[in-house]
Amino acid sequence: MTTLTLTPTAHARPVTDTLTMLRRNLLRAARYPGLTSFTLAIPVLLLLLFVFVFGGTIGAGVMPGVDPGADGRAAYLDYITPTILLFAVVGAAQSVAITAAMDATGGIMARFKTMAISPGSVLGGPVLGTVVQALVAVAVVLGLAVALGYRPGAGPLGWLALTGLLALVTFAFSWLCVAMGLSARSVETASNTPMILTALPFLSSGFVPVETMPAGVRWFAEHQPFTPIIETTRSLLTGASPDVSTTLQAVGWCVLVGAVGYARSRSLYRRERR
Amino acid sequence: MTGTTTDLAVDVRGLRKSYGDQQVLDGVDLAVRAGTVTALLGPNGAGKTTVVGILSTLLALDGGTARVAGHDVVTQPGAVRAAIGVTGQTSAVDDLLTGVENLRLMASLHHLGRREGRERVDALLAQLGLTDAARKPVATWSGGMRRKLDLAMTLVGSPSVVFLDEPTTGLDPRSRRTLRDEVRALSAAGTTILLTTQYLEEADQLADRVAVLDGGRIVAEGTPAELKSAHGASSLDDVFLRLTEPSTGPTADPDPTTQEVA
Ligand SMILES: Nc1ncnc2c1ncn2[C@@H]1O[C@H](COP(=O)(O)OP(=O)(O)OP(=O)(O)O)[C@@H](O)[C@H]1O
Ligand SMILES: [Mg+2]
Repeated sequence: MTTLTLTPTAHARPVTDTLTMLRRNLLRAARYPGLTSFTLAIPVLLLLLFVFVFGGTIGAGVMPGVDPGADGRAAYLDYITPTILLFAVVGAAQSVAITAAMDATGGIMARFKTMAISPGSVLGGPVLGTVVQALVAVAVVLGLAVALGYRPGAGPLGWLALTGLLALVTFAFSWLCVAMGLSARSVETASNTPMILTALPFLSSGFVPVETMPAGVRWFAEHQPFTPIIETTRSLLTGASPDVSTTLQAVGWCVLVGAVGYARSRSLYRRERR
Repeated sequence: MTGTTTDLAVDVRGLRKSYGDQQVLDGVDLAVRAGTVTALLGPNGAGKTTVVGILSTLLALDGGTARVAGHDVVTQPGAVRAAIGVTGQTSAVDDLLTGVENLRLMASLHHLGRREGRERVDALLAQLGLTDAARKPVATWSGGMRRKLDLAMTLVGSPSVVFLDEPTTGLDPRSRRTLRDEVRALSAAGTTILLTTQYLEEADQLADRVAVLDGGRIVAEGTPAELKSAHGASSLDDVFLRLTEPSTGPTADPDPTTQEVA
């Protein structure tokens, strides 16, 4: 009779495992670019719509002294490009809810749960993959804006800070979306719940200054994450040094959203599910 | 059954689990000695998958204890996970990746070196007859092939205790044989195997011991030969029918009390 050799506790290697999961995620994205291109389509369409259809009029309203028409369009392109970049970020974050729901309902997550890997690696891989995808999407959208005449004024440090900020925003909101994906009953629900995130940039200073909004809406706009995030993005893009308190608010929101999303994802991962 | 605690790769005592009002497991005792093959049998809904789920740390237990490879599933789940390999009743593969990519993912997660990982993956593909399809996305594979990939993924990390929940369901006769050979080879190499199946012929051929789960408890346990002779049956099918439906049918057991064969 064979005697059992007691298996020593596996040494968890969170960094290696997270990188393995990141590789899996990027491989999936590369193999099936459908989801990624869909998330890219929304910011691209919004940019074209808001510049070419609404821009001529809104631009003149948003920038005092600008004439409607071509000048308005140019002014509005300046005003909303930072906002549209955040749509690219939010779109990417939303797609990770679908990824998480697919893994959870498809059985492979059950396999991961029976293996000696930490929840941080299993869920962190897709989150990091999303950060990569979001930064690519941001570059594409920014390229389009530049092609339309947008001229960012950021210096090297500004670009670095901008990349860091957008990566942080994606990271934080991706954890929230992972939690949404894991709590969804089906993949379809997982693609709907995070839709509320799309509404947030609309109800911010992203499209029009908050001063023009009615009191209630204005209060909301001033107290939700996307207003400070968009204002910090705007300053970094123009090359102005961003307002310290606004930047702290933006970072603070990210830390809060990321922490809540991570904690919730972790507990949902360990929850029984069949 | 004799044996010290460390002889037992699976040691389940008084295991209880309910879903809402439904008491699925109501005091299950099960011991699997290291290096042996045990088949867990029982009617649909008896709780076989639930037992496997608890032993593989996926499900919480409500009462009793369960130790796997010497570790408690509740207090030392990490150590249990490091020792086990699980093929669940439903497929657990990444459909978007190819067979090779799925297996290499497992190799990386088990921290096998690049070369060691590739060799292990190639060997498993060959053993299970998957080499030809290996580079196609799993989404295009047949159900039986996916099942075999499932098993291969379970084995990449050379687990010392393997749980197989209906591994042969849906497989054609040749694939079933491949799988049986694989189980025998694993067992010969010292791996402990707990499997569930509805093909009782298979349990008869493969298993050192058989346990029948019904009504939330193990109602019979022993070698296939012991169970057959204790019930005067010529096949495990007959044993199964007598044990799990004591009050109906012409084969009703004259003594409906729990049979313990040891
Ligand atoms: N998540 C759940 N919620 C509620 N009831 C459940 C859940 N999972 C299983 N059950 C119930 O527990 C019982 C045992 O289920 P289980 O899947 O363990 O049976 P099984 O022996 O594996 O059956 P089968 O041979 O059909 O695979 C069934 O009655 C099932 O309906
Ligand atoms: Mg089952």
